[in-house]
Amino acid sequence: MRVTFNANGREVEADDVWEGESLLFMLRERLGLPGSKNACEQGECGSCTVYLDGAPVCSCLVAAGQVQGREVRTVEGLADPETGLDDVQQAFVDAGAVQCGFCTPGLLVQTHDLLERNEQPSDNDIREALSGNLCRCTGYEKIMDAVRLASARKCSKSEVSQ
Amino acid sequence: MTTAHPDGIGGSPLRPDGILKVTGQFAYSSDMWHEDMLWGMALRSPHAHARILSVDTSEAVKHPGVYAVMTYDDIPGSKFYGLEIKDQPALATGKIRYHGEAIAIVAADHPETARRALAKIKVEYELLPTITTEEQCLDPETYGYVHTPDEYKGHASGNVVHSQKVVSGLGVTDEVRAMADVVIKGDYVVGMQDQAFLGPESGMAVPAEDGGIDLYIATQWLHVDREQIAPVLGLPENKVRLTLAGVGGAFGGREDLSMQIHACLLAQRTGKPVKIVYSREESFFGHVHRHPAKLTYETGATRDGKLVYCDARIVLDGGAYASASPAVVGNAASLGMGPYEIPNVNMLAVALYSNNPSCGAMRGFGAVQACFAYEAQMDKLAAELDMDPVELRQLNAVEQGSIMPTGQEIDSPAPVADLLRRVKALPLPAPLDTTHLDIREIPGALSNTSHGEGIVRGVGYAVGIKNVGFSEGFDDYSTARVRLEVIGGEPVAMVHTAMAEVGQGGVTVHGQIARTELGVERVTIHPANTEVGSAGSTSASRQTYMTGGAVKLAAEAVRNELLALGRKRYGWTYNDLSLVGGKVVSASAGVLVSIVDLLGDTVIDLTREHHHRPTVPFDKETGQGFGHVQYTFCAHRAVVDVDVELGLVKVVELAAAQDVGKALNPLSVVGQIQGGSTQGLGLAVMEEIIVKDGKVRNPSFTDYLIPTILDTPPQPVEVLELADEHAPYGLRGVGEAPTLSSTPAVVAAIRQATGLALNRVPVRPEHLTGTGES
Ligand code: FES
Ligand code: FES
Repeated sequence: MRVTFNANGREVEADDVWEGESLLFMLRERLGLPGSKNACEQGECGSCTVYLDGAPVCSCLVAAGQVQGREVRTVEGLADPETGLDDVQQAFVDAGAVQCGFCTPGLLVQTHDLLERNEQPSDNDIREALSGNLCRCTGYEKIMDAVRLASARKCSKSEVSQ
Repeated sequence: MTTAHPDGIGGSPLRPDGILKVTGQFAYSSDMWHEDMLWGMALRSPHAHARILSVDTSEAVKHPGVYAVMTYDDIPGSKFYGLEIKDQPALATGKIRYHGEAIAIVAADHPETARRALAKIKVEYELLPTITTEEQCLDPETYGYVHTPDEYKGHASGNVVHSQKVVSGLGVTDEVRAMADVVIKGDYVVGMQDQAFLGPESGMAVPAEDGGIDLYIATQWLHVDREQIAPVLGLPENKVRLTLAGVGGAFGGREDLSMQIHACLLAQRTGKPVKIVYSREESFFGHVHRHPAKLTYETGATRDGKLVYCDARIVLDGGAYASASPAVVGNAASLGMGPYEIPNVNMLAVALYSNNPSCGAMRGFGAVQACFAYEAQMDKLAAELDMDPVELRQLNAVEQGSIMPTGQEIDSPAPVADLLRRVKALPLPAPLDTTHLDIREIPGALSNTSHGEGIVRGVGYAVGIKNVGFSEGFDDYSTARVRLEVIGGEPVAMVHTAMAEVGQGGVTVHGQIARTELGVERVTIHPANTEVGSAGSTSASRQTYMTGGAVKLAAEAVRNELLALGRKRYGWTYNDLSLVGGKVVSASAGVLVSIVDLLGDTVIDLTREHHHRPTVPFDKETGQGFGHVQYTFCAHRAVVDVDVELGLVKVVELAAAQDVGKALNPLSVVGQIQGGSTQGLGLAVMEEIIVKDGKVRNPSFTDYLIPTILDTPPQPVEVLELADEHAPYGLRGVGEAPTLSSTPAVVAAIRQATGLALNRVPVRPEHLTGTGES
């Protein structure tokens, strides 16, 4: 089948999609968007998290055909092409929250969503929001630091713009 | 003659691959893509022990979209490979020895086509009784052999892969026992832990025009992969070229081959690029795990707490193939007494062949299992003597100059007592506030299973000792090439090594070293491949020591050549020259010339090898010998809340103190300590591959649990920097030590909270509620 949808603000289409394929597979293998990662393909690790119509989902659990006509935003679409890295991306690099980095794309999308909803999350809010994203390398401390840093930077920006 | 540079050693510059990783541009091994590529996949045995009577691939070959189906008979070269003992068939023949062993491989145009083709392969098995318990393994006359003696590998010791004794002082005799006032005995069990790196085993093999193969691969050691791959393909090593593809974590699980040979065989056969990406389930079958262990300890001490003797036996289940078992045994035996002075020792460590999954390298490598047992013994002893457990440890702690049970003197700082003091001195977390309870802070967290009733808090301590680098006489070395040239009016250094960056941050450190030694700003890191000499493995906490050391040597050689050029051209006679800020500087005469002017069009490109000081194998009967290059130490304090009604544990805080010799990159060092500690926490309370009758029952992230951010507490870290004069910059390998003591510290805290004995890890709810066997 052919699937047409909006990926990171661009209309795209994928041909010859087999009906059993996941959104994750289609993004990675057919559209040249390998940023979303394939660590379990079972909805357990969060590495494949993308926005689907503005809500974070595990793309490994979404059938490719389901996104027909919808909007997908992946880690590749987080950065603003004008201003460079998004605050969350920059904070993960600065805080040392990236080691192997395999969990990073999914964590970035999930954190991005958290900070959209709650600009100043408490530590418990952060832990709750990110509890579906496994990271095997960092022990999560630096990830906590990164989210706090991104939150602080976002808050100071919104103060300036007010 | 090193110079300060803000992004040099001791600073924390950002990772060179960080931006790529946060934007999704970094190419991991599962991201490889090629026009025209095929997908490879393996058929795996549903049985743990069986004879293969026949394999019929005729239907699979006919399946549309299938390009090749291969079995053992189609292998062009040698059929076996292995890290230390070549006992592992590239594809099974004759016999299946573990659940999930690969039997056949296919290449097809789509992963689903490959799956369907695999389903059409017919294999006839004759089931054999499994050999899975220690008793069965040690009695081959009754229960049989996992590998028939002298079958093909000249290994005639039955089901024993390797054993090592360590005897020191008077050993442990009745006379020695009589010298102790108190005797503590304990039997301990450590479950099978998985590395559970997130990036699945994957890569792409591309056939080359010269008949060779180019393999893009996530691994820990490119050269040793090649050494094992080339003979199976029937190719000379120079026709098998490996390039490191992005690695999504390793932790020892990529030290053995997984899909490498299969992808290469299929590419060779089809003439097309072949990509293989394991599913999570296949990943659990496709790599070796941490050895599960049974440990028996008897410790004697005087009334005032001085250790008199220790008698110990460690039995490691090595599974179907040897992998790194011999070296794991060496570590367990030689480090199995912990960082303590014990005058009389008798130790035996053994690894067995069985029909369980193969076990090999995992972070902590044999020292983890032992640490759980000897630290439990120390707590029991402290309780028996009515002593503070930290004081008891400090009283017996090794220090610089102490002699290990192997007879090796510890010839660099060993601040064991101080590390314990430091974790103990950290402020304790606030008590649980049951009046304003956020249920996300209590065990069971979000499931709303409790509102704080039945929760008790405990505090536990532990410390461990680990070696750095390869031991027992292995000539461990690494190679680095450093090139200095002027590009765009600026001096640029390039560093080329075959080091596998698996996430640990070696690429950052190499840049820091080059900047420090050459006084330049810009450093580029060449992709790691087999075009430069071996870097050895990214394991054993050795890469910064070994490859970092090689980069330092090569950079120093480049600097010396540059300065020689200057001496020749300008006739300098100073002997106080250094490179700072892109200039040649004399301490007495100031700036002499810029590197750019001195170098001009000249390119200096030099390669150096770094070998560590030699070690020797342990004596077979006594374990005596200078076997380890360097020792490293880490201590933990764990604070836990236990819901004794539900059997749930929440670690409230996990504090660590570690001596790193010299922190080349403090940010990364702390990140490594926290990550390692978390893996130990996982072993303490949740991580275990469940194997029953040789069958793996939980090969998924649904059933094999690793800590989430909700399971993981704040982790304060104290870093000590006591230089080791034998190591480059005085550094001490960092990555593994924190995985040792976090497990016993967490369990000690749970014991303190509950009063339960808890002699096995992981501790499961049924052990806490008394509803299961402990
Ligand atoms: S890959 Fe989708 S949740 Fe793990
Ligand atoms: S950085 Fe490796 S899994 Fe998170």
